[in-house]
Amino acid sequence: MAHGPKPGFTRWLYTTNHKDIGSMYLWFSFAMFLLGGCMALVIRAELFQPGLQIVQPEFFNQMTTMHGLIMVFGAVMPAFVGLANWMVPMMIGAPDMALPRMNNWSFWILPFAFAMLTSTLFMEGGAPNFGWTFYAPLSTEYAPPSVTFFIFAVHIMGASSIMGAINIVATILNMRAPGMTLMKMPLFVWTWLITAYLLIAVMPVLAGVVTMMLMDIHFGTSFFSAAGGGDPVLFQHVFWFFGHPEVYIMILPAFGIVSAIIPTFARKPLFGYSSMVYATASIAFLSFIVWAHHMFTVGMPIAGELFFMYATMLIAVPTGVKVFNWVSTMFRGSMTFETPMLFSIAFVILFTLGGFSGLMLAIAPADFQYHDTYFVVAHFHYVLVPGAIFSITAGVYYWLPKWTGNMYNETMGKVHFWMAFVGLNVTFFPMHFVGLAGMPRRIPDYALQFADFNQIASVGAFLFGAAQIVFLFNVIRTVQGGKKATDEVWENPEGLEWSVPSPAPYHTFSTPPVVR
Amino acid sequence: MLMGLKRLFAFLTLSALAPGAFAQEAAEKAQEGVQRWGVNMTQGVTEVSRTTYDLHMLIFWICVAIGVVVFGVMFYSMWRHRKSKGYKAAQFHESTLVELAWTIVPTLILVGMAFPATKTLYDIYDTKEADLDIMITGYQWKWKYDYLGSDVSFFSNLSTPLTQINNQQAKTENYLLEVDEPMVVPINKKIRFLITANDVIHAWWVPDLAVKKDAIPGFVNESWTRIDEPGIYRGQCAELCGKDHGFMPIVVKAVPEDEYHSWLSERAEQAALIKELTNKTFTFDELYERGKKVYNSACAACHQPNGQGVPGAFPAIAGSQVATGGMDSHLSMVVNGSPNNPAMQAFGAQLNEVDLAAVITYQRNAFGNNMGDTVQPIDILNFKNK
Repeated sequence: MAHGPKPGFTRWLYTTNHKDIGSMYLWFSFAMFLLGGCMALVIRAELFQPGLQIVQPEFFNQMTTMHGLIMVFGAVMPAFVGLANWMVPMMIGAPDMALPRMNNWSFWILPFAFAMLTSTLFMEGGAPNFGWTFYAPLSTEYAPPSVTFFIFAVHIMGASSIMGAINIVATILNMRAPGMTLMKMPLFVWTWLITAYLLIAVMPVLAGVVTMMLMDIHFGTSFFSAAGGGDPVLFQHVFWFFGHPEVYIMILPAFGIVSAIIPTFARKPLFGYSSMVYATASIAFLSFIVWAHHMFTVGMPIAGELFFMYATMLIAVPTGVKVFNWVSTMFRGSMTFETPMLFSIAFVILFTLGGFSGLMLAIAPADFQYHDTYFVVAHFHYVLVPGAIFSITAGVYYWLPKWTGNMYNETMGKVHFWMAFVGLNVTFFPMHFVGLAGMPRRIPDYALQFADFNQIASVGAFLFGAAQIVFLFNVIRTVQGGKKATDEVWENPEGLEWSVPSPAPYHTFSTPPVVR
Repeated sequence: MLMGLKRLFAFLTLSALAPGAFAQEAAEKAQEGVQRWGVNMTQGVTEVSRTTYDLHMLIFWICVAIGVVVFGVMFYSMWRHRKSKGYKAAQFHESTLVELAWTIVPTLILVGMAFPATKTLYDIYDTKEADLDIMITGYQWKWKYDYLGSDVSFFSNLSTPLTQINNQQAKTENYLLEVDEPMVVPINKKIRFLITANDVIHAWWVPDLAVKKDAIPGFVNESWTRIDEPGIYRGQCAELCGKDHGFMPIVVKAVPEDEYHSWLSERAEQAALIKELTNKTFTFDELYERGKKVYNSACAACHQPNGQGVPGAFPAIAGSQVATGGMDSHLSMVVNGSPNNPAMQAFGAQLNEVDLAAVITYQRNAFGNNMGDTVQPIDILNFKNK
């Protein structure tokens, strides 16, 4: 019963095939990445010089808000779900995801959520303009009417994420090939298992907080209004109880990807596999007890400040273990530097830099100076762009030959890497400086002393944007044709996905493989 | 006990920094350059700001030291252990001892960092026994300062002209960091700030004082400072608060104590003078001229200098039903704010009677509204007392 895909558009609409759904997630997330990227370029173009040139402050605020929402919920999260769809069944020797119909649905509601979110740009009063963190009461009493559409869109995205996560948990726990014990699973599978539990735990909290907003706006409650007996700070506690694990949702699968790529190109087994698993689990646990470090300036009692400061500092320990393990994997390996490896090495270096600034931000008294400045913008872009985006890119280059049966163009891949690497650092490194020198974030115009570094950052942003066009071109060319890939693709890589032909047939592991 | 902790901390910092100690001197040199280029945190003008700076630099150098070690090994390995150089891969892949070491050592370094951080935090939280209390209230998009225990209370608005923001005029030195009325404070006195907001959340931040605290509607936060040197210190709102979040700067002018007292009594006299003016009858021209100034600082941010508003967000004044309708509804809109739209604030508490009368007269007669009527300060007072 070797079945191929149905011809025509209905293949994509009705598909329950994990590879089709994975591809759709990846293309969708890339489209969102370009859309969110264009918004970032509007922001950087306005900040090229002091004064207002291109957009007015209202629209600027809509851009910062939509950029954040689209990148977090539209680009990074769906990309990881796409990779999980493609790779988790192939890595554990399963024929498909455990819940294929739900898989179809969790993808197909996403385009509607984002169409609705994007349509708010054309509504009277404009799109949401209160930042991607949507603090009340700016996002309730003072919000534009489109906030209701934003709330509905967030609900749909949340439903999609929860269904995706349940599917991944069900697949990993029930569908592993005989002999694939938990501690034999590739780290990408491990990190996604833990991420899926984080998603199931916190997406309902996000749904809760937007529902409380909805009640405040339309049904006369006062959860977040002091005048009615509520508390605006309550919003921040609930939001960040979702928001901090969310940050790790966007980085744990990245750890898994890099842990697959570095051993392949160092030709040496991953150092400290079990400590990697334990470190991931510790990070996931700690992510639930550090949320208020985003709120050091709201006026918490000192006991609260101290607790959240100490807990946050502790995260450096398991994260450090991971970095040390990657470096030890490289140490005394026999390395080559193909595009996936370049992105992975850049990941380790730049993510560590982001980790350093994270440690600095953890120190509450110093955070009073850093908080809500460009130093924070620099920090989270250093963990998210080289963290999430670079690892996803590395993963795409690493597995693309398996997906398409063709090798990508290595020269173009390297051009993409160096443009992205230089562009990223030119964009985000100067933000540390302007932040420390006193530039607040989310402002459309700034004092003259910040002009030079902002100009540099804007130039870097356009370079980084151009790099993505190279990437798109390279991927399209590889899908169309190119040098045929072998089944192993790389030199002796580890994992079941390399035991199936390239391109991977529409159905793999119809009979489970046996893992020694 | 405390001495013991201090010594332990000193030991830990030293052992963490020992390999990088030779770099200390070079580092100090670099710091000077760094400061000139405006790429680092300010040391500020208070004890807390200096301690914060030291803490920031301590952690920075610890991170640099760790970075040098980790990236050093990594780059060495990338240089030496390449396939192209014929290097054969080793196959080792675990060591419990090593894993334990790089769990425990970082933990100890973190404990070392936590001591000075905790001490600084306790200092920052000690708002007891202040010499002077100032209430700070954040509004969209300006600050209000109330000197508690005196009649002095005023708003502080951005004073950079719109022509500079819109690039029709060259930008001056303190572009976007200048206000019409700075907060004036004495040096060498412990000043307690009571911080709140009237509408959305703002944050009051002056880097040189190392004070940043959220201004939250319905709640009062506390913070404090003691400034060492006279001078003008500039800051900005640090929490996204709507359209003009980037346009509500803070200016603190620190002066010697006697100068502060004479400023305070001058301000108190001015307040008394305004009260007297409330009973005066103004001519149309006086009201119109004064109203234009008030309009530009209090209304123009939303309703625009030409009175056309922003479609979909802020209504126009030109030809509006309120400004060309009955006087009472116009008074009510300005004094009490809009019942439907919280963005239209209650200006009754923000402007004095003279300014309210002036701005309402201006709105009814500018932008082609030409109502030809005036309203006097005493009418405002009567309306408020109704």
